[in-house]
Amino acid sequence: MSGQLGKSMLRKEDPALLSGRGRYADDLPIPAGTLHAHVVRSPHAHAEIVRIDTAKALAHPGILAVITGEDVRKLSDPFLAAIKVPVTQWALAVKRVRYVGEPVALVVAESRYLAEDGAELVEIDYEPLAAVLDPLAACEPDAPLLHPEAKTNQISVRDFHYGDTEAAFARADRRIAMTVEFPRLSFTPIECYVVVAQHNPAKGSYDVLANFQGPFSLHPVMARALRVAGPKLRLRIPPDSGGSFGIKLSVFPYVVLMALAAKITGRPVKWVEDRIEHLVAASCGPNRVTAIEAAVTKDGRILGLKLDQLEDYGAFLRAPMPGPLYRMHGAVTGAYDIENVDVKNRVVLTNKMPASLIRGFGGPQLYLALERLMARIAVELRLDPLDVIRRNLIPAQKFPYRTAAGALYDSGDYLRAVEKAIGGGRLEDLKRRRDAARGAGRKYGIGFAVVVEPTMSNMGYLSTLLTPQARDKAGPKNGAVSMATVNIDPLGAITVTADVTVQGQSHETVLAQIVAGELGLKTDDVEVVLEMDTAKDQWSIAAGTYSSRFASGTAVAAHLAAVQMRDKLKAIGAKQLNILPEDVELAGGKVRSRSNPDNALPFGRVAGTSHWSPVLLPEGMAPALSETGIWSPPELEPPSHDDRINTSLTYGFIFDMCGIEIDPLSYHVRVDRYVTMHDAGRIMNPMIAEGQIRGAFAQGVAAALYEEFTYNEEGAFLSGTFADYLVPTVSEIPAVEILHYESPSPLTPLGAKGLAEGNCMSTPACIANAIADALGVEDIILPATPRRIHAMLDRTK
Amino acid sequence: MKPRPFDYARPDTVEEALALLAEYGDEARVLAGGQSLVPMLNLRLIEPGVLIDISRLAALDVIRDLGDTIEIGAAVTQNTLMAWPQLKQKLPLVAAALPFVGHFQTRNKGTVCGSIAHADPSSELPLALAVLGGTVVLRSKRGERVLAAEAFQQDMLTTARAPDELIVAARFPVVEGKGVAFDEVARRHGDFAIVAVAAIADGRGAALLGVGGMAGRPLVRAIDGNDGAAIPAWAEELEGYEDLHATAALRRDLLCNLGLAVVAEAIRCAA
Amino acid sequence: MRRVNKNERVRIALTLNGRKLSAEAEPRMLLCDFIRHALGATGTHVGCEHGICGSCTVLIDGVAGRSCLTLAIQAEGRDIRTVESLAAPDGALNPLQQAFRNNHALQCGFCTPGILMSFTDYLARNPHPSEGEIREVLSGHLCRCTGYAGIVRAVEEVASSSAPARAGEGDHP
Repeated sequence: MSGQLGKSMLRKEDPALLSGRGRYADDLPIPAGTLHAHVVRSPHAHAEIVRIDTAKALAHPGILAVITGEDVRKLSDPFLAAIKVPVTQWALAVKRVRYVGEPVALVVAESRYLAEDGAELVEIDYEPLAAVLDPLAACEPDAPLLHPEAKTNQISVRDFHYGDTEAAFARADRRIAMTVEFPRLSFTPIECYVVVAQHNPAKGSYDVLANFQGPFSLHPVMARALRVAGPKLRLRIPPDSGGSFGIKLSVFPYVVLMALAAKITGRPVKWVEDRIEHLVAASCGPNRVTAIEAAVTKDGRILGLKLDQLEDYGAFLRAPMPGPLYRMHGAVTGAYDIENVDVKNRVVLTNKMPASLIRGFGGPQLYLALERLMARIAVELRLDPLDVIRRNLIPAQKFPYRTAAGALYDSGDYLRAVEKAIGGGRLEDLKRRRDAARGAGRKYGIGFAVVVEPTMSNMGYLSTLLTPQARDKAGPKNGAVSMATVNIDPLGAITVTADVTVQGQSHETVLAQIVAGELGLKTDDVEVVLEMDTAKDQWSIAAGTYSSRFASGTAVAAHLAAVQMRDKLKAIGAKQLNILPEDVELAGGKVRSRSNPDNALPFGRVAGTSHWSPVLLPEGMAPALSETGIWSPPELEPPSHDDRINTSLTYGFIFDMCGIEIDPLSYHVRVDRYVTMHDAGRIMNPMIAEGQIRGAFAQGVAAALYEEFTYNEEGAFLSGTFADYLVPTVSEIPAVEILHYESPSPLTPLGAKGLAEGNCMSTPACIANAIADALGVEDIILPATPRRIHAMLDRTK
Repeated sequence: MKPRPFDYARPDTVEEALALLAEYGDEARVLAGGQSLVPMLNLRLIEPGVLIDISRLAALDVIRDLGDTIEIGAAVTQNTLMAWPQLKQKLPLVAAALPFVGHFQTRNKGTVCGSIAHADPSSELPLALAVLGGTVVLRSKRGERVLAAEAFQQDMLTTARAPDELIVAARFPVVEGKGVAFDEVARRHGDFAIVAVAAIADGRGAALLGVGGMAGRPLVRAIDGNDGAAIPAWAEELEGYEDLHATAALRRDLLCNLGLAVVAEAIRCAA
Repeated sequence: MRRVNKNERVRIALTLNGRKLSAEAEPRMLLCDFIRHALGATGTHVGCEHGICGSCTVLIDGVAGRSCLTLAIQAEGRDIRTVESLAAPDGALNPLQQAFRNNHALQCGFCTPGILMSFTDYLARNPHPSEGEIREVLSGHLCRCTGYAGIVRAVEEVASSSAPARAGEGDHP
């Protein structure tokens, strides 16, 4: 790694953001004549739309248009989805509403204030239908059907078999089974969705600004819905975005809706989602019910594993769902060495907002089940939970390790990382705290969680949900392309562009570190511009920021581009310095001879040669200093014919342990001590890495203890404001000790793996295990609110 | 979410405010700190025809020591009261309660009387007023009346204020020779309490215990601090209610746990 | 008495970051929208419009408050300070801003301006707060990115130094 990487450089993003000079989507200038939109939403969980009367609304001063589902249906096509079933979705509800908050009409007015006034005047008659909210109930044969043509709410069932579970279960000493539920929640960025859409009737094209995060595989979905070819939908991403955590993928239906509104009204249309809308209808992670069973020896070695994962995607399957159910597929056995696995994946629809991918992307759901089971195995076999974990961890000598379901774990030494984490007296301290608390009659528990964190998705992962025969017909899907470009201008200044969208992960800083490092410059000399524009930037379907693809994807592409540029400059410099290219080094802003450093030229001079004096270039070298790094790792192969799939490129490792105590007065869970050990390969910027881990940890704590979307029996949404949906403040986040272990990835030149999602996956499981230990119970429902703790204590009395 | 349209009036005197209230009655809403009112406007939960902004009325931005009570004017913010040098000495129960009221940022604007007028069932200042046996001073063009907290606090978000009346002040009695304690359980720091408790006690165990969050308004009972069964019995009697954050049973147990603790603490402080 | 009809737009004059500015608004216009769109100072952000997330926090006559819970007309004649007032005219960050940078106290930056303004008020009242006091003030803000630890460290850095942060270092719109 070059000299700049590995350092905790301060962020280039900060001066502007700290001065209030960030440019978020709602800050940017809008064209004259822009109108403002407000969405009218369904108050019912399930109902037929009988009548929409827009006359009163249209008569109100300042209201220019009221658009309904019928308008949308005439002008656009339903959104493509991953599963071919008769589940159709447009940008507005057509004929029926299927979740509280579903967009039913769009009011377009001179201001947002007036649009909201107009919305209250839109008269809609509904005929309520029976609603189904619980995923298990939705699978029942007599459940209300969300999409009658589909004839079922359970729209996908797939069975996977690896190894020989029958034999494994037959020879096991014990079988341990449990059912684990993961709740429905979101990570609500502080900035909501923003869309500014324009239509050019002369060209039949759209120009839309939206804080969309990617993946850009959604671009063709939007373009197809709008019935235009890709180039006719110019999608621009603003320079700054107030967080996404996966949620700003699902702005895409609103891109289509506002684009249609621009076409219908003949003026630009701007929409700024507010918090109330965001909570009820933006996006969330799917809730999952997992029946999990292990065949074990009496000393806790797992011989076989069975999972039945029922995942609830709400009312529609928006692209690219059911992503969370399949993103982890190759890593379904987590950090454990298990060869015999059966997986049944079921997708069910219910009358709730459509779910999508959020930070963790299927990992939280999987690991809550897997890690609760590991803890349960220890309880039932009367073994130490850490012994059970260690007995099953993949040993170091098996790396690179191919899992039963096909993931290729690139590197890791799990046992060593665990040793390091529990060492230094940490585990002893936890046990001491536990013993002291219990001695005083208080409820205290210790929990562990072990997670393999996959980063950078194989774009073919979703096709695992098709049968091998269907995949053969459709053609193989695989890979993940990352692209970054380094440009040098006539005076030697560097500009970098890359295929990520900005959401706060410090990409600008790290990209500058990478490129400046290779070129011997300071990060201040590197300008990074990440405002993606599909009309002008290089992008692939993988572009965007999601699935932690930066560290093992785009960062590598930038590195390749920088190396290509470096080598080119070395050749140019060699000629001018009259030395061999092997003797050239780029350092300290100069191009110089390594063996005779006085023989040097300023970087800008050498770079300028290509612009001003191409005659001085080496023989056969093309002028122009623009190098694009394209990174397409070969390990991301399509699913095999026996359903094995390497769902991600690099795999990190996390080991968490914690002690919790139940407050006897308030029934709150108090995290007494928390240790998290991360192996994310090479760390590119330790300060930024720590920030990502802390952010994910806070979200993991939130999932464990605070956040949940609740509905009543009729499907009314009860967590509709920030007073009811409880995002933790600083007071609710416990201290966390972060430890590191580095097993660099051999699969990328930088050796870095992503690490942004890990604690979303590990922390809920670790805390759940600690609570189970404190209370001596089996079923832990998250979030473990005082209400639930109180009920559990009542039951155990 | 943006509010519905409304007229705005910023009277320069209390008299002007009363004249507006006489004219508009329940079409009007009084705006002081706005921390409870404006969210309701933004969420379109209410639709006042006119907002009467009293936040700049200097006459109402006064804390007066009346000897046996402290009178807090309707424009006095929660942070202004928190920073009043004599708060701990004169109104230790209010001093104990104020840190639980919202956050620093909301206390900068939210008023003491505004919280009492809003009458959220588990909020801290109405509870303190109830336990201390304080009063609310109401004025209208028809005259002035002073209501005891008991009479003023009727139910969830409901008070005895007539539509043409303005709360001009709240009066908190000064209690001497007693110990006080306050506590609450909320989901997050600064949230609305699930259950809030306030206690005043003498050194021998005679206590007054107030609870918010068990009913539509704060309730107060005399408790013998030496009788361990008194509070559990009261909790059973009150039953409590269920909402998103707590069952009735949880509320009862919180009243027992917290009630015992604050009564014990108040007795300890008195000694 | 200032009296405005519901559909009337009146000119509201105030001082923003040291400059006298005015624009038209109806009574129901929220101060956050007025600052951002009528006056063009977009550094103040809107995250919830019901007073919980704190991103909209500004100083009104030196006191931190939620601009989403304030009507523009309530700010008439007042002295408003927003995040744009913190850095020097040449862009140099003030000690509080610099401490945020040093301690990685922001990631996406959306909640940051409100937090900076809260502490600009608080540190002027209490220049050397304890960690507990810092956490108390910070609990009036929601941040999704950082997990809060860097923010606490940043304010501690300023709290332990001798030069408290002050509003008005730079008068910008």
